[in-house]
Amino acid sequence: MSKVKHQGRREFLKTSAAAAAVTVAPGVMLHTLSAEAAPRTEAVTDKVRWGMLIDANKCADGCNDCVSACDKENGLDLVDMPEGADQGLWERQRPRWIRQVKLKDNLSGKITNLPMMCQHCEMPPCVDVCPTGASFRRADGIVMVDRHTCIGCRYCMMACPYKARSFIHAEVAEKLTHAPRGKGCVESCNLCVHRLDNGDTTTACQDACKHQAIVFGDLSDPESAVSQALKNYPSVQIRADLKLNTGVRYSNI
Amino acid sequence: MTRKSVIMFLAASVVGLLFSLTSVQAGEAVEGTAKADKLEQCVEPTAVMRRNHFEFIKHQRDLTVHNGIRSNKHSLSGCVDCHARKDASGKAVPVNAEGQFCSGCHDYAAVSLDCFSCHRTVPGEK
Repeated sequence: MSKVKHQGRREFLKTSAAAAAVTVAPGVMLHTLSAEAAPRTEAVTDKVRWGMLIDANKCADGCNDCVSACDKENGLDLVDMPEGADQGLWERQRPRWIRQVKLKDNLSGKITNLPMMCQHCEMPPCVDVCPTGASFRRADGIVMVDRHTCIGCRYCMMACPYKARSFIHAEVAEKLTHAPRGKGCVESCNLCVHRLDNGDTTTACQDACKHQAIVFGDLSDPESAVSQALKNYPSVQIRADLKLNTGVRYSNI
Repeated sequence: MTRKSVIMFLAASVVGLLFSLTSVQAGEAVEGTAKADKLEQCVEPTAVMRRNHFEFIKHQRDLTVHNGIRSNKHSLSGCVDCHARKDASGKAVPVNAEGQFCSGCHDYAAVSLDCFSCHRTVPGEK
């Protein structure tokens, strides 16, 4: 069902792009359409910086659509609890790329919900501490783990101020083609990098959010929806004091 | 017992034997069911692939992970997609199952095969 919805969205984008082609310079549109059509053939550059803005006001209490969409998209729902493991431990340690966080202001009693994931810092502490270079920041701003060089030391998990990373403790029987996963490696949100590399421009969590709390896009493009939203509404970086320049921003928290 | 009933009995047992044989076959790869079985050569000439496939895959993995290049002439998912055979029921057999395309050779040459501790061993979900 979600697949049908997704195609609808792509179709909609294509047709609206075609409509826009009349008014925008044709060369620009050609580029956009070719990016939409095929997997990437040239290396990513720093001309793009992917990021998002999350409106905590729109994030509804009790909803976990983004988390389950993320689990499904990235095969996290295929990771089973190891036999004989403690249920409570499993719940705390199972791989999750998005955590649901609930904040309560003790003075007013106001409750705020928000999804917390890798913040895709410009100066990522996880990259600083990685002894093998497995934790790295891609040119387009996505912070990710190269599992081929990850030795599973988990320094990055300690260093991350956002508790964004998960560790795979046991072998995983079933995995998706675009989301390899094996025992002894760390992983975290990669902004659905396989989608972006194949020319798509949305993430699974953004598509799943029926409250439109997540705006995703190119922070380097002043015309993108996310740049416009950041320009027009007040937003914050979580732990801005660390001066990490996060790619994920929040408003109304 | 008439001659006819003996023939009937023999025929029935032959059918039964064949049936049991095919049911044993389920889960085992059927030759000729991989895409690669129908092709003249791989993405490079066979001799080049035999000698250098690991170089290709290793080079591609860095391009993909670090540069996001997924146009996949030398991709591992391409290997799996093309070389995985199917069993009698049409279900894909893992390329690293005993005697299958990857492990058949790797076992013979005693070279460990680490790709599939993380990567999917049957063609993609789409």
